[in-house]
Amino acid sequence: MMKTIKRTAVLLLTALLLVPCLSGMLAAPVQAAEVTINVYNWGQYISDGSDDCIDVNAAFTEATGIQVNYMTYDTNESLYTKLKTGGSPYDVIIPSDYMAARLIAEGLVQKIDFSNVPNAAYIDEAYKNPAYDPTSEYTVPYTWGTVGVIYNQKYVDEADIGGWDLLWNSKYAGKILMFDNNRDAFAIAEASLGYSLNTTDEAELRACADLLANQKPVVQQYVMDQIYDKMIGEEAWIAPYYAGDFLMMQEENEDLQFYFPEGTFNFFVDCCMVPACADHKAEAEAYINFLLDPEVCGENLDYLGYSAPETAAKEYMDPEMVENPIAYPDEETLSRGEAFIYLPAETNQYMDALWLEVKTGGDDTVRMLIIFLAVVAVILAVLLGYSLRKKRRKARRGTYARS
Amino acid sequence: MKRFSKIFTVIVFVFLYLPMLVLAAASFNKGSDVGAFTGFTFQQYGALFKDHTLLPLLRNSIITAVLAAVISTILGTMAAVGIFNMNKRPKAIAMAITNVPMTNPDIVTGVSLALLFAFAGTLMRKNGVMGFWTLLIAHITFDMPYVILSVMPKLTQMDPDLQEAALDLGCTPIQAFFRVVIHEIMPGILSGALMAFTMSLDDFVISYFVYGPNFVTLPVEIYNYTKKPLQPKIYALFTLLFLVILALMVIMNLLQNRDNLRRQAGRGRGRA
Amino acid sequence: MKNRFLAGPYLLWMAVFTLIPLGIVVYYAFTDSITGAFTLENLAKIGIYLPIFFRSMGLAAIACVICLIIGYPVAWCIAKASPSRRRLLSMLVMLPMCMSFLLRTLAWVALLEDTGIVNQALGAIGLGPLPLVRNNGAVILGMVYNYLPYMITPLYTVIMKIDPKLEEAAQDLGCSGGQVFRRVTLPLSIPGIVSGITMVFVPAVSTFYISQKLGGTGTVLIGDVIESQFKTAYNPNLGAALSLILMLMVLICVGIMNHFSSDEDLGEELVVQ
Repeated sequence: MMKTIKRTAVLLLTALLLVPCLSGMLAAPVQAAEVTINVYNWGQYISDGSDDCIDVNAAFTEATGIQVNYMTYDTNESLYTKLKTGGSPYDVIIPSDYMAARLIAEGLVQKIDFSNVPNAAYIDEAYKNPAYDPTSEYTVPYTWGTVGVIYNQKYVDEADIGGWDLLWNSKYAGKILMFDNNRDAFAIAEASLGYSLNTTDEAELRACADLLANQKPVVQQYVMDQIYDKMIGEEAWIAPYYAGDFLMMQEENEDLQFYFPEGTFNFFVDCCMVPACADHKAEAEAYINFLLDPEVCGENLDYLGYSAPETAAKEYMDPEMVENPIAYPDEETLSRGEAFIYLPAETNQYMDALWLEVKTGGDDTVRMLIIFLAVVAVILAVLLGYSLRKKRRKARRGTYARS
Repeated sequence: MKRFSKIFTVIVFVFLYLPMLVLAAASFNKGSDVGAFTGFTFQQYGALFKDHTLLPLLRNSIITAVLAAVISTILGTMAAVGIFNMNKRPKAIAMAITNVPMTNPDIVTGVSLALLFAFAGTLMRKNGVMGFWTLLIAHITFDMPYVILSVMPKLTQMDPDLQEAALDLGCTPIQAFFRVVIHEIMPGILSGALMAFTMSLDDFVISYFVYGPNFVTLPVEIYNYTKKPLQPKIYALFTLLFLVILALMVIMNLLQNRDNLRRQAGRGRGRA
Repeated sequence: MKNRFLAGPYLLWMAVFTLIPLGIVVYYAFTDSITGAFTLENLAKIGIYLPIFFRSMGLAAIACVICLIIGYPVAWCIAKASPSRRRLLSMLVMLPMCMSFLLRTLAWVALLEDTGIVNQALGAIGLGPLPLVRNNGAVILGMVYNYLPYMITPLYTVIMKIDPKLEEAAQDLGCSGGQVFRRVTLPLSIPGIVSGITMVFVPAVSTFYISQKLGGTGTVLIGDVIESQFKTAYNPNLGAALSLILMLMVLICVGIMNHFSSDEDLGEELVVQ
């Protein structure tokens, strides 16, 4: 027995030591002297070299010698939580407008040294000094975009489309997806009720939460980037999402269509920032500068389908993309878009609580309680029965022994 | 009864292995949808070996698991011997502490360690506390109880006279400890180490709360992957890992069987 | 004996990395997320989340019972097999524990969803797509699938330890097969049952991944809420309060279970092979 165990241990250890060596050989050679920056971006939000498009991170490393450790998050809120919790030194982050304002207000980001970002000159006038960063000291726009409704024309009746109410249509119950973050989800409820997308009125927010709770029975799941697999695979038919992602999805499934609902919808700008906890600020700025390079920006956004904040980049893009009315809607449509602004901390907290209520509310609680108690009662009864019998037997044995 | 339970066992094994078969099949699929098999290909394996992120993560996972297993085995074995020699009351307290991480839900352990590390980070005014060290500490913490619980029974089974005999025969206490006690409890130590290694290698819940951007393990990244459109190369990695572990287990099994046969043969000769 | 000081490093380690963190959890649970002042508000919120606690515990309890019903015959079958086959089978039970449970759970989604493999097969023979996923049943299935090995392993270890002579003796004394099982095998395997139920219940009640993938909008579990407080809605204080309550509930459940087992050391059955 001993021998086998020893032998197995040796075998295991050798195997274990071999694997790291092998994977070490296969991995990209990393030199100790090189600087690695941690880039924290949305999932599906950079051209990564698939479909013969530019691999932005690899190109950056090639151009500057700086390594990129690229990681992703799925909502502005998870990015915020990560920064707030601390412990993780990110160098570049790409939050949306309202979150940028919140990060600035809470001192979680630092000012960018624009002498390291000469390409900022290419940014269109319209995206300079925005409401979320009035002096343009903290942010550099990465892309902008809009939120609309994606649907599958194979299953969805054309007569039903047009408004946000499609997302509440019980005809498609179980086939509707919904945003899995409070700001985007509330914005849809606010737009349907005709409120401002930046309302701080508690009664209005409560009404929105009720509307979202009403929607819950027809919602298949609350998702972010899982929407790709679900919509492409036709597991779901209707979903609100960002226009840029729709363009990527449509390439995989041509039955997918998109519309801007009547009334308002969200217009957003996502921007690069440097967190206060960054270890490599200068390199982070070099990365931001690289992203702004018109050629890189054009090729990157051509792949992403999101809209470019610099006209110079359009030269490097597929003309079809520049003409695309979903990526670059006309003035009339754009005028219906409303940007998110920074909300006070109390409103954020109230919205968080309401959103949690929406997501956790359910109607089968009593049934679950009864089932739980019944199961526990059965288990306890069985065990109790056995232990009582054991005791009785022991007692009986005791009497035998004495007699 | 016997027939029924045999058929039932086969069904349960099918249940256990069916999803893995699905994943293995998906790794040879041309399309990325698991549900629709569009054609046989090895290209996912090619993509896996070209990928510069997944394999280093596997290496991170293995480094963490090996180090955590080694350290927790050493500390855990020492602790088991120490606790074994304690008086009744301290022993009960020590065992209660050992049971804390075992009965605590993983998520609570993860959350509590994350709060501790974040707190320590603010105390030290350091940006990047989360990383390799926090991960290793967390893994050692949840590994050690397994080592202790597998060494303890071997200590209980050990004949206390053995150690005394060694002392009588002129061993120093330290020699007696290494030559006799450790030798006796070796099977427990090894199974504890193996247990710790497997627990570490596939740990997701605790790692998820204490990892940092500079040191990510495979299960954590797989979780991040599942939040995005899935890339089939991850199925290829899964299939390869499955084959490696299966091969290791089968070899272990064969070695053990051969050993047993030899021992039986030896016993047979002895009787003759 | 000086040996007992060998436990020193371990006890110190556990104090720093188990007890102090739990203390911090308690501290967070009793403080306000914005002002940092002492408050009972976080714990008072349990009223809102009580339904979710019940749902988590209900689903986990059902998963436990199903695991026991499925796991017992399998464990028995393995324990009674020939030694070489026994080793092979117990390895096959352990093997899934080493593989990524995230991906294995995802495979179930691919099997069960509306456009999944099972519904495709059903569609081929003319049956409409069945709602197999995104309900309580699917979450229970996920729990049973993921944690079944944690039930089988301790059961098998305990059943194997039962001296076959005891069963033979019972038979000789006139017990029928069923009686032998009821009076000898089952009572002697109670420590394994208790340990198995604990090993399944604790991870099942606190899971968040299974409900995220296999559950729908109506199957949020307490693990999901805790995870979201630490990962998306930055409110570690509420998360800590919920963790504390979850921990206490689990401790009570485990305590009640252990009361029926003569074995003091939890998990020993799992470790000793």
